[in-house]
Amino acid sequence: MDNLLSIVTFIPALAALILLVFLRGDDEDANRNAKWVAMFATSATFLVSLFILAGFDPQDTGMQFVEEREWLLGLQYKMGVDGISVLFVMLTTFMMPLVIAASWDVKLRVKEYMIAFLLLETLMLGVFMALDLVLFYLFFEAGLIPMFLIIGIWGGANRIYASFKFFLYTFLGSVLMLVAMVGMFADAGTTDIEALLRHEFAFADFSVLGIQVVGGMQTLMFLAFFASFAVKMPMWPVHTWLPDAHVQAPTAGSVVLAAILLKLGGYGFIRFSLPMFPVAAEIWSPMILWLSAIAIVYTSLVALVQEDMKKLIAYSSVAHMGFVTMGIFAANQQGVDGAIFQMISHGFISGALFLCVGVIYDRMHTREIDAYGGLVNRMPAYAMIFMLFTMANVGLPGTSGFVGEFLTLMAVFQVNTWVAVVATTGVIFSAAYALWLYRRVVMGDLIKESLKSITDMSPRERWIFAPLVAMTLLLGVYPALVLDVTGPSVAALVSNYDTALAAAEAASQLASN
Amino acid sequence: MTSADLTLILPEIILSLFAMGMLLVAVYTTKDALASTLVWLTSGLMIVLGAWIAVHGAGTNVAFGGMLIEDSFARFAKVTILFSAAAVLVMSENYMKQRDLLRFEYPLLVALAAVGMMVMVSAGDLMALYMGLELQSLALYVVASLRRDSVKSTEAGLKYFVLGALSSGLLLYGASLVYGYSGTTLFSGIIETAQHGEVSLGLLFGLVFLIAGMAFKVSAVPFHMWTPDVYEGAPTPVTAFFATAPKVAAMGLFARVLHDAFGNAVSDWSQIVALLSVCSMFLGAVAAIGQTNIKRLMAFSSIAHMGYALMGLAAGTVLGVQAMLVYMAIYVTMNVGTFAFILMMERDGQPVTDIRALNMYSKKEPGKALAMLVLLFSLAGVPPMLGFFGKFYVLRAAYEGGLAWLAVAGVVASVIGAYYYLRIVFFMYFGDESEEGLDAGGSPVLSGFLLASAAIMILGIANMFGVEAAAAAAAATLVN
Repeated sequence: MDNLLSIVTFIPALAALILLVFLRGDDEDANRNAKWVAMFATSATFLVSLFILAGFDPQDTGMQFVEEREWLLGLQYKMGVDGISVLFVMLTTFMMPLVIAASWDVKLRVKEYMIAFLLLETLMLGVFMALDLVLFYLFFEAGLIPMFLIIGIWGGANRIYASFKFFLYTFLGSVLMLVAMVGMFADAGTTDIEALLRHEFAFADFSVLGIQVVGGMQTLMFLAFFASFAVKMPMWPVHTWLPDAHVQAPTAGSVVLAAILLKLGGYGFIRFSLPMFPVAAEIWSPMILWLSAIAIVYTSLVALVQEDMKKLIAYSSVAHMGFVTMGIFAANQQGVDGAIFQMISHGFISGALFLCVGVIYDRMHTREIDAYGGLVNRMPAYAMIFMLFTMANVGLPGTSGFVGEFLTLMAVFQVNTWVAVVATTGVIFSAAYALWLYRRVVMGDLIKESLKSITDMSPRERWIFAPLVAMTLLLGVYPALVLDVTGPSVAALVSNYDTALAAAEAASQLASN
Repeated sequence: MTSADLTLILPEIILSLFAMGMLLVAVYTTKDALASTLVWLTSGLMIVLGAWIAVHGAGTNVAFGGMLIEDSFARFAKVTILFSAAAVLVMSENYMKQRDLLRFEYPLLVALAAVGMMVMVSAGDLMALYMGLELQSLALYVVASLRRDSVKSTEAGLKYFVLGALSSGLLLYGASLVYGYSGTTLFSGIIETAQHGEVSLGLLFGLVFLIAGMAFKVSAVPFHMWTPDVYEGAPTPVTAFFATAPKVAAMGLFARVLHDAFGNAVSDWSQIVALLSVCSMFLGAVAAIGQTNIKRLMAFSSIAHMGYALMGLAAGTVLGVQAMLVYMAIYVTMNVGTFAFILMMERDGQPVTDIRALNMYSKKEPGKALAMLVLLFSLAGVPPMLGFFGKFYVLRAAYEGGLAWLAVAGVVASVIGAYYYLRIVFFMYFGDESEEGLDAGGSPVLSGFLLASAAIMILGIANMFGVEAAAAAAAATLVN
C-alpha cells in the first residue's frame, strides 16, 4: 500500500461526500443513516490507521510511508509520518469514533453535523501528515471552516460571538505564518518540509526601520510562526478565544477542540519552530518559558473562580498546554518527549472531561457548577469516572497526566530552575481547582430538587468512556508505549538542534574575530 | 495594411460585424422579440471565438505596424474576457426577461464592449489603447442605465459616464505628455526612450496620469468612488458584467502599458502601484463591513480584490504578471458564481439585495447555500479553496519582488475582509427562523453556474485546469 496515508486521510472526506450527495431528507431515518455512515467511516479510518502504527519503525528517524506527487506552482503533494507525528495521527483516528458516538443525541441538522465532523477529521489528519509547507497550511487553515460552522450552528446561546472570535482570532494568527512560508519558499526554493529541515535560514542580524533584529531572518520567521501556533495552542496571553469557543461549542466540538485541535499548535512548534529556526528559538526560548509558567499559574487561578464547568476545564487546558510549550522550548530529550506525551495524554483526559460535562449537561441543560451537587448519590458510575479523570487532570501518578507533567518539569528544571519552580506551583493549583470542582458537583448530599430524578450513565455513555479510561491508565503505568515511538525521532531532532546552535555559535565567533 | 494584419484581428472583426449586422436586423424586424435569441447567439459566438483564440493562436504577432499586439498575454486575457462575458450574458437572460429589461441592444452592447476590451488587452500603441478603452466604456455607460425608468439606474449610468469621462481625460492628458516627451505613441518606441538613461520628468508625469486613468477603470483606491454606486444602481446582471470582464480587460491593459511601454522604469511605477494596492485592499476590507446591500458589498469586495491583483503587478516581475493573471482568472470565476447567486435572491418574485434576507437560507436550499459558502470562503482566501491559491500567488510575487511589507499588509487586510464574508455565512447558516426568508427555487441556469463555480473552487486545487501554465506563458511574453 503505497498511499496508506492518503487513504486514511481521505476516508472521512469520502464519507462526507457520500452523505452530501446521496443522503436526502430530514427525517428520523435519514438522521440515523447519517450517524451510522459517520460512525462507520471514522471507525474504518481508525482500523486502517492501525496499519500505519503496525508498519511504523520507531528506530527510523526519517519520514515513513512517504507519498509524493507534483502539484501547482512547484509545490508538492507530499505526505509522511515520523515518530513525532504518527501518534497524533493515531490520537485523531482514535478520538473521532468516540466523538461521533458522543453526538448520538444530536437532533438539529444531523447530516450537516456529521459532514462537518468528517471533514474536520480529514483536515486534522492532513495537518499531521503533510510534508509540504503549503499543504500543511492548507489543512491547518481549512480546519477553521468546519469548526466555525460547528460552533456557529450547534453551539450554545452566545455561539455567534464565539464562532466569529474563534475564526478571526486564529485566522489572524495564521496569515502571518503564510507570509513567512512565502519567505521560506523564496529563500530555500522549495516547500518540501524535509528539505527545509535541512536548509539553514539566515540568522545574521539586520535592522528594519532602524530596529535591530537579533537573529535576523530566523527571528522574523520564528515570530510569524509563533503568532500562529501560540494562538492555536493557545498560550497566555492570546488564549482568550478558547474559553469562549469551548463554552459555546457543542460537547463533541469541545472534545475535538481540546483533544486534537489544540495539538496542532504544539505539533507546529515541534515540527517547524524548533528545528527550522534553531537560533531564533534559542533567543526567544526564555520568553516562551516564562510565558508558559505564567500561563500555568495564571490560568489555574482563573480556573479556580469559574462558575461554568466547561470554562473551568477550558482554562485548565490552557494551563496544561503551558506544560507543553515549556517542554518544547526546554529543547532537550525529556522536554520534547514530555511535551508530546503531555499532548497525547491531554487529548484523552480533556476529551473525557468535556464528555463528563456533556453527560450531565444532556440531562440538566446547564453547566453552572452551582446547579449540581451530590451527584454521587444517584450516579455512582459517573462519579467514579469523573473522579478518575479529575485525578488524571491533576496529574496523579498512575495516570497519564503525571508522566507528561513530570517529564516537562524535569526538562525545564535543567534549563531554567526558576521557571520550573513557578510551574510546579501550578500543579498544586490544578489540584485545587479540579478537586474543588469535583467536590461541588459530585460530593455532598443531594439536596437540589431538580437533581432528584437524574439517571446514571447509559450503556452507550459507558462504552464511550471505556477506551479513554483504558488509555489513561495504560499510559500512566506504561509510558514507554508512547516514548518508545517518539524517542528516536525526538533524539534526532534535539541533536540536530544542538548541532545547528553550535554551528551558529562558531559562525558568529568567526565573524566577530 | 495587408491581409495578414486583418487575419490577426479576425475575432474582433467578426464580433463587431456581428454586432452591427444584428443591430440592423433587429431594428428592421421584430426588435425586442429577438432579444433572447440574440443573447444566446452572442454568447455562443463569444465562446466559439474564445475557444478559437485559445486553440488557434500561437506566437507573438504584430499588426498594423505595432498598433496591435497579438501574443499569449493578449490571448489569455481575451479568452477570459470572452468566456466570462458569455457566461454573464447567459445568466442575465432570464432575469432581464422577467423584469422587462431585455432589449435587443443589451447583448449587442455587451458584444461591442467585448470588442473594446479585446483591443485594450492587445493594444501596442496609445491610440489603440484609447480606442479600445472608449469603445468599451461607451458601451458600458449605456448598459449601466439600461433601466431607463429607474432613478438609481440612470444615476449609475450618469455617474459612471461623468467620472469615466474625467478619467479618460486624465488618461489622454497622460498619453499626450508621454507622446510629447518620447515622440511616439508606440509602446515599443516609448520603452526605448526610457532605456536611454533616466526617465525624464515629463514622461514620469505622463506615466502617473496614465496610471490614474487606468486605476479608475480597475476601481483602485483612490479612484474607486464610482464603484459602489454604479454596482448598486445598475441592474444586477449588468453589475455582474461590470465585476468580471471589464476588470480583466483593465487589469490586462494596466499590465500591458506598465510592462510594454515602461518596462525599463519598474522602480518608478512599482511604488505607485503598491500604494494603490495597499489602499484598495484596506478600503475594500473595511468599507464592506458596514454594508447590508449585497451589491454594494460586492463592489467593495471587488475593490479589495483589485488590490490583490495589483499586488502582483507591483512586483514588476514575470511571476508578478503571472500571479495577476491567475488571480484575475480565479476572481472572475468566483464572481460569476456569486452573481449567479445574487440574481437568484428573490422574494415573491422581486429581487432582494439585503443580506439579512438570507436568513436561514441553508435550511431552504442546502445545496445552493453550500455552494455559496464555498465561494465566500474562496473570496475570503481561506484554504483549501482556489481563492487561497490566488492570494498565495500574489503574496509570493510581492515577496520575491522585494515588497514583503505589501504582503504583510495584504494578509492583514484579508483577515479584516474575512469578517464580511463570514457575516453572509452567518445569515445563511446561524440565523433564527423567525423572519421570512427568500423564495426557494430559481432558474436552473443560474443554479448551474453557481454550482459549477463552487465546484471549480474545490476541484481546481488539483491542477487549476492548466490555467497556471497558460498564465506563465502569457507573463513570459509580456515581461522581458
